[in-house]
Amino acid sequence: MIDAIRSLGRWGLSVFERLGRGHLFLFDTLKGVPELFLRFSLVTQQLFSVGVLSVFLILISGLFVGMVLGLQGYNTLVDFGAEESLGVMVSLSLVRELGPVVCALLFAGRAGSALTAEIGLMKSTEQLSGMEMMAVDPMRRVIAPRFLAGFISMPLLAALFSAVGIFGGFLVGHGLLGVDDGAFWSQMQVKTDWYDDVLNGVIKSIVFGFVVTWIALFEGYDATPTSEGVGRATTRTVVHSAFAILGLDFMLTALMFGEE
Amino acid sequence: MPLIKIRDLHFYRGNRAIFEGVNIDIYQGKITAIMGPSGTGKTTLLRLIGGQLRPDRGTIEVDGQNVHKLSHSDLYALRKRMGMLFQSGALLTDLTVFDNVAFPLREHTKLPESMIHDLVLMKLQSVGLRNARDLMPSELSGGMARRVALARAVTLDPMMIMYDEPFTGQDPISMGTLVNLIHRMNDAMDLTSVIVSHDVAETAEIADYIYLLSAGKVIEKGSPVQLKRSSSQWVQQFMQGLPDGPVPFHYPGDTLEDDLFSQKVST
Ligand SMILES: Nc1ncnc2c1ncn2[C@@H]1O[C@H](COP(=O)(O)OP(=O)(O)OP(=O)(O)O)[C@@H](O)[C@H]1O
Ligand SMILES: [Mg+2]
Repeated sequence: MIDAIRSLGRWGLSVFERLGRGHLFLFDTLKGVPELFLRFSLVTQQLFSVGVLSVFLILISGLFVGMVLGLQGYNTLVDFGAEESLGVMVSLSLVRELGPVVCALLFAGRAGSALTAEIGLMKSTEQLSGMEMMAVDPMRRVIAPRFLAGFISMPLLAALFSAVGIFGGFLVGHGLLGVDDGAFWSQMQVKTDWYDDVLNGVIKSIVFGFVVTWIALFEGYDATPTSEGVGRATTRTVVHSAFAILGLDFMLTALMFGEE
Repeated sequence: MPLIKIRDLHFYRGNRAIFEGVNIDIYQGKITAIMGPSGTGKTTLLRLIGGQLRPDRGTIEVDGQNVHKLSHSDLYALRKRMGMLFQSGALLTDLTVFDNVAFPLREHTKLPESMIHDLVLMKLQSVGLRNARDLMPSELSGGMARRVALARAVTLDPMMIMYDEPFTGQDPISMGTLVNLIHRMNDAMDLTSVIVSHDVAETAEIADYIYLLSAGKVIEKGSPVQLKRSSSQWVQQFMQGLPDGPVPFHYPGDTLEDDLFSQKVST
């Protein structure tokens, strides 16, 4: 019994210790960001590996999610004779919710886990220590550019995801199910508010990009420097990111759309 | 006035003492060897000197500066003048051999690319790997990787270099070349060298001064000749690599008898 309480206490302490380390890590990372604008090529390289390499996955997934929305939405709306509103339904679901959330989950699985594995391996093969001894601060040289790249990529990927998704919804709605294309687009344009819907969705994706990249980089940097430790850190990145995304999504949604 | 001055160094890993009251002086322009059985903390010592680990007690001064009292930027400025060769090489795996050696130059200087090119090739030439410049680190053998790391460690022309096991994994020819190279660089560039090594013969050949570490203490120090003549059994055993003697081969803890006996009781 005492043992159980004791291990609970130890677990609690270690959780808070990690949280503290995570925030210090974030602080150090952010300190390195301003000077990146003097050496933007470092970020460009990372934009490629974090962002561009995720584009294919995002496009395909976005297309399918949009097509499924088109199908499901049509089946529901047609009962009320409201299938003309399919465009609104698809675009609102994507722009407000599914775009940022699903894209962030995919981003965590694709780019986040890769970042964790890369940083963890650099740590376990002493590359980070080696840089430190060459008087190159890995926080500035390695971590900060990846952070900025993740932060920039995620909203863009989410926007792509939503755009392709809407197109997928249109393909199914108009091409397969025969919804009038004029109604599809015009209702969508009227009912999707630039400020309330699009901008709020963009804010969500920015927050998710920030958090996922932070988690991924911290897990890699904090990983036990063995192959097993890096493996576990990669898993943790995906799991913690998923929790963070879904939890934050609820909070943000409550804040943004709560009082309507 | 020594370049590196270590006083009353204490360092613990958990409850285990790695260093308990170590004093070491490393003089400018000399090759100082740190030797000791595996696991005594030689790599740890180099990391303490480089400011990557903090001592629990005692001080380490490099060039008159207390390494662990420096601000972040002063520490990094000091590190630019310290080269370190890691036991594993620690090459950046996403860069070619050439880019690895060029890395410190590109990070710390504004030299034109043509000059970097020449400098890097000269450094690679000195370790015999000029023609391996386009290989990736994963395509190198362990010994080659360490030679590339050596070339990289000296690109900024530091005032001192710390070598962690430079001779491990070298064939007799490159070993001889390396021993020579370390010796030559030390004299030609007025470097101060710290060598951590198990290779008693090679190290004794070029070292001006040797510290023998064991169980957290300096067991013996002196010039190679003095150590070879030492009357201590411990020193003799280590220098000659004899299997029997006072140097413990086992990681400290329970004796074998205790372990075997306690297992019988529990089953
Ligand atoms: N990260 C760590 N955490 C806990 N203990 C460690 C860690 N790194 C090293 N140690 C312990 O510190 C001791 C000294 O390690 P160190 O790597 O300095 O030995 P070494 O003298 O360089 O050995 P070798 O000659 O085999 O390279 C070892 O006994 C090891 O168990
Ligand atoms: Mg070692």
